[in-house]
Amino acid sequence: MYDIEGIYQAKNVQDAIAALVRQPDAVVISGGSDVLIRIREGKLAGCRLVSIHNIPELKEIYREADGTIVIGPGAAFSHITKDRLIQTWIPVLGEAVDMVGGPQIRNIGTIGGNVCNGATSADSASTLFTLNAVLELAGPDGVRQVPIAEFYTGPGRTVRCREEILTAIRIAKKDYKDFFGKYIKYGKRNAMEIATLGCAVHVKLAKAREGAVQTGMYAPQDKKYVEELRIAYGVAAPTPVRCRETERKAAGMPVGPELIAMVGKSVLEEVNPRSSWRASKEFRVQLVEEMAKRALTEALVRAGVPEDVLNPEHTPNNIQNDTRKYAENDAGNQAENDAENHTKDSKREEKRAGGERNA
Amino acid sequence: MLKIIHMTVNGKLREIAVDERESLLDTLRNRLDLTSVKKGCEVGECGACTVLVNGEAIDSCIYLTVWAEGKHILTVEGLQGPNGELSPIQRAFVEEAAVQCGFCTPGLILTAVELVGTGKRYTREELKKQISGHLCRCTGYENILNAMERIVAEQSSLTLEEKQ
Repeated sequence: MYDIEGIYQAKNVQDAIAALVRQPDAVVISGGSDVLIRIREGKLAGCRLVSIHNIPELKEIYREADGTIVIGPGAAFSHITKDRLIQTWIPVLGEAVDMVGGPQIRNIGTIGGNVCNGATSADSASTLFTLNAVLELAGPDGVRQVPIAEFYTGPGRTVRCREEILTAIRIAKKDYKDFFGKYIKYGKRNAMEIATLGCAVHVKLAKAREGAVQTGMYAPQDKKYVEELRIAYGVAAPTPVRCRETERKAAGMPVGPELIAMVGKSVLEEVNPRSSWRASKEFRVQLVEEMAKRALTEALVRAGVPEDVLNPEHTPNNIQNDTRKYAENDAGNQAENDAENHTKDSKREEKRAGGERNA
Repeated sequence: MLKIIHMTVNGKLREIAVDERESLLDTLRNRLDLTSVKKGCEVGECGACTVLVNGEAIDSCIYLTVWAEGKHILTVEGLQGPNGELSPIQRAFVEEAAVQCGFCTPGLILTAVELVGTGKRYTREELKKQISGHLCRCTGYENILNAMERIVAEQSSLTLEEKQ
């Protein structure tokens, strides 16, 4: 028997809002996999519940005429992972929510609850940050739309008022079309685990730019540039965070080991992890860098970049040739007309210089 | 406060009065005597209380009975054949010696029923992920995985007619 004062099962969203207004101490319950445990632990003991568990309109996933994907917050994690629209258009979100808890939890836990708990460790949150998700909140005063980046105010705190219901998670077409991504969760075990750190990346690549081709630095087929990078973390700060400065620096950079190294270092300036019983701050800092690199690498591979292009140990022929050209022009006899003699570091520096020039 | 709930349990429509604070686990064990459903951690971590709700495995300890109105619930008791015989999934567990103390077994069997119901073939790695919501303290999972692998392979190779 749960220690609750009572439960009201709302028939629809308006009914739920009315019940929350009527009962000033009531708490919303959806899937229950967090709220019931907090009741069991005594943290919410004796509360009143307003259940939105069985409201069908909150469970739908659909695509609007303009391409916006709308996810009902009551959709269970496993339903999101299995959904055709999600698999087709934003597979990373399906993969991210497939890492929550275990299979039985994923059949019951909802993405809306994951977000509304306000936990920085929520597996869906960092990916939703990289998708610029917009949260639709309905309350007694009407409906408002809140970008997810403005939703979190602190650990376990969000801008959602107690009598508001999250009614939709909206992702616009421009925020998922042509983006490729990856979410990595670090935990001590693979299942039934809260993330020690979570990292989500979405990247959109651009074809060669005219100016860049003319410099002759790379073969045209390798002219891949970052058009837009988005990177977000869970548990790297009191709330999920985007690393906007890193994203700004990455825009326009050529794809390669330099980009990955830059992102790995740059993100460290934008996060603020702390020590907890799960892991120390020092360990989380290491994870922040390493997971950025791994997630970005995987996202780039998914975007069609050959893996060897991203490997810092590898020097494809065209880059060697380009390096030689570059060395001849800028460094004169220091290059000795033999790119093979360059140290890897100097090659990287030259390539980066070329990249900046091209951008 | 007592509430009247209608749900189909193991194929039979039941109308029962339940306390609205009750978990489905407590209702199934204490009101319907379905004691194959085990009470373990009570916080949705061990999987011992797993049942199927509309064909999906859930932890019945963190599921309020009032949510089950109009739903179909399956427990291991519902797998019993007309003459009390074991289902092929249960037989696979017996033959592969996938049972020791038996506390996690009913939950694992229901996860197997859910997986077989998808008609999909699963690799051993996929099965490991699929059973990750169950804690077994005795067998070390190897025999459980053997049983799961066998039953999923057998059932997915049957035609629809054979299954019926």
